[in-house]
Amino acid sequence: MKGFWRDAVEFFPILLNGVALTIIVTVGSLLLSTVLGLVWAMMRVSGIKALSMLSASLINVIRGIPIIVLLFYLYFVMPDLGVTLTALQAAILGLGIAYSAYQAENFRAGIEAIDKGQIEAAQSIGMGWWLTMRRVVLPQAVRIVLPPYGNVMIMMLKDSSQASTITVAELALQGKLIASSTFKNTSVFTLVALMYLTMSIPLILLVRHFEKRAGKR
Amino acid sequence: MIELNDIHKSFGKVEVLKGITASVEKGEVVCIIGPSGSGKSTILRCINGLESYDRGEIGVEGLKVDRDAPSIVNIRTQVSMVFQRFNLFPHRTVLENVVEGPLYVKKESRAAALERGRALLAQVGLAEKADAHPPQLSGGQQQRVAIARALAMQPKAILFDEPTSALDPELVGDVLGVMRKLADDGMTMVVVTHEMGFARDVADRVLFIDGGVIVEQGPAKALLNQPQHPRTQDFLRRVLHPL
Repeated sequence: MKGFWRDAVEFFPILLNGVALTIIVTVGSLLLSTVLGLVWAMMRVSGIKALSMLSASLINVIRGIPIIVLLFYLYFVMPDLGVTLTALQAAILGLGIAYSAYQAENFRAGIEAIDKGQIEAAQSIGMGWWLTMRRVVLPQAVRIVLPPYGNVMIMMLKDSSQASTITVAELALQGKLIASSTFKNTSVFTLVALMYLTMSIPLILLVRHFEKRAGKR
Repeated sequence: MIELNDIHKSFGKVEVLKGITASVEKGEVVCIIGPSGSGKSTILRCINGLESYDRGEIGVEGLKVDRDAPSIVNIRTQVSMVFQRFNLFPHRTVLENVVEGPLYVKKESRAAALERGRALLAQVGLAEKADAHPPQLSGGQQQRVAIARALAMQPKAILFDEPTSALDPELVGDVLGVMRKLADDGMTMVVVTHEMGFARDVADRVLFIDGGVIVEQGPAKALLNQPQHPRTQDFLRRVLHPL
């Protein structure tokens, strides 16, 4: 135990560099997946058949490919096609695209849960499609969507460790590098696990808050 | 002001409207009565384009109603609707519900819209509820807010789709009272209702619909007191003397 604390003091600053990258990858891909997911979801509920089918097939393609393969593709294959991405860019893009499929399904479910009478009331005062979405449907859908959105945040935080496979030195990869050069596997990986947990707990509490709020009405 | 000419409408294989021809003049109050599933609500929903129709033509102030044409927005701002289940926006306050259309569809100035919104809430007897949220109100209060929301668009006519059917019996009177006052002020109204007392006292004309056709129509008192068609007689007997 004493050894652990000594190791912890020594390795903590290096691991913090990893934490910084973990947060950058998580926040970056969260934003990207949210924007893309909203676009896919809007296409799905647009009522325009071509758009809705395009979005449905995109979602299925994305869902059917493992994140790690998507990352390899962006990082190792894209250069052959003339697009060179840094490891960090590829990680954010890959995770963002992969998660956009889940975000889209979540947003769509939220939108479709809104009572049809709400949409008719909006139409009956002359609102068009976009105004109805912006003023009536989306503000109500947010409440429904937030708890699962929080869960996506937690999963993304943990899945950001997959960026290590394309050399992004985030928390998991930093840990692996230290462990393989010091052989202090127990100390290092315990520390890594605790650091992930520390970042997850606020998110878990946030989800609980969202769920309570959503349950109120 | 509102003209329906030989309207046909099917849901799948079921034909719900089988050639409806009727008109509503400016300032007139027309009640539509008839058994459930007779197509009463569908007629209303076709007039403001919430539902499409298959054949015939509907005109509002000379404009053809086509739910896929841009002109539908123009028609909807002139013909408001009040729904059976109120359909207020639960995430906005009562006052925000009322001024939503004026502010975001008609792009009126905030000050003017809010002032008229408050005046309308006072008119329906709910001035003190301006900052409440709809779920905190009783059904009768919610329906009166919905009427204020419809009026806020300064419409030329209002369609009422069974406005009191979802209310507890003791709350029906408040809503009917507001509607009667509107009628007295000269508002053009088309009301789908089961309230025969309201139809008799307030309506100028009554249409009796059954099986997707107008079986009988005429001045309210005459039709309700001395129905000519056997189906009208049968319907009214059941409604007025259920036991």
